[in-house]
Amino acid sequence: MFHALADGTRRDIVAVVLVGERSVSELADRYPMSFAAVQKHVAVLERAGLVTKERRGREQRVRGRAEALREAHRLLDQLELGWRARVDRIDDLLAETAEPPTEPPTEPREGA
Amino acid sequence: MPVTDVVKDPANLTLTLTAQFDAPVERVWQVWADPRQLERWWGPPTYPATVVDHNLAVGGATSYFMTSPQGDKYNGWWRVRTVDAPHSLEFEEGFADGEGNPSPDMPVTVMRVTLAAQDGGTRMEVVSTFADTAAMERLMAMGMDEGLTASVGQIDPLLG
Repeated sequence: MFHALADGTRRDIVAVVLVGERSVSELADRYPMSFAAVQKHVAVLERAGLVTKERRGREQRVRGRAEALREAHRLLDQLELGWRARVDRIDDLLAETAEPPTEPPTEPREGA
Repeated sequence: MPVTDVVKDPANLTLTLTAQFDAPVERVWQVWADPRQLERWWGPPTYPATVVDHNLAVGGATSYFMTSPQGDKYNGWWRVRTVDAPHSLEFEEGFADGEGNPSPDMPVTVMRVTLAAQDGGTRMEVVSTFADTAAMERLMAMGMDEGLTASVGQIDPLLG
């Protein structure tokens, strides 16, 4: 559960800072959690390459990296295709062992 | 279609895929636990996987390689974080050097697999999380996306 809440917070932070730059304090005001907790989420996003953080005077300004998010979208699309193919192969493997081997159909193959 | 749901969460670099199989949980667990079955589906037909070691215990390791159509070998590894057979498995996975040692500069993915009895079959959920976008980019740059997806709509088992 904690993990899911953290995921939701980070999704929201990314959405907000993509629209406009925010300070960490401004972000912290949005969530029912400590400044330190929000700072930690920002640090995770920064390490992931999804936001940049810049110190300006007393403030730390956070900005979303739209290109990184687009890239993440593209890569997750690729990963999805890979997993769909794996699931199909698992399904084939399970079907193979679920029933005893049967005689192949006798009708000629089309387009062969 | 066995895939019933896909959730992509780019802000968390996470893909959650849910599939429904017409087989009991114990049977679906075997495709993960039995190395001979694992190598039937982990790599696509064009990049078949050969599992060298496979130990699904906490801290246990798996090592395998995938062979490209040109005969190049890509070594990979798993490190098991948690396991509760036949219901759940969490492991880190990544690429390895020629000796099978994890490559420090290569991406590590965390995978969480959950199997649950549902509708007379098994619901499988796989959650994959990347550490960072740079890691994902390196993975794709290696052409592994091509290797992973090569079989989509390509192989009719009857023709194989």
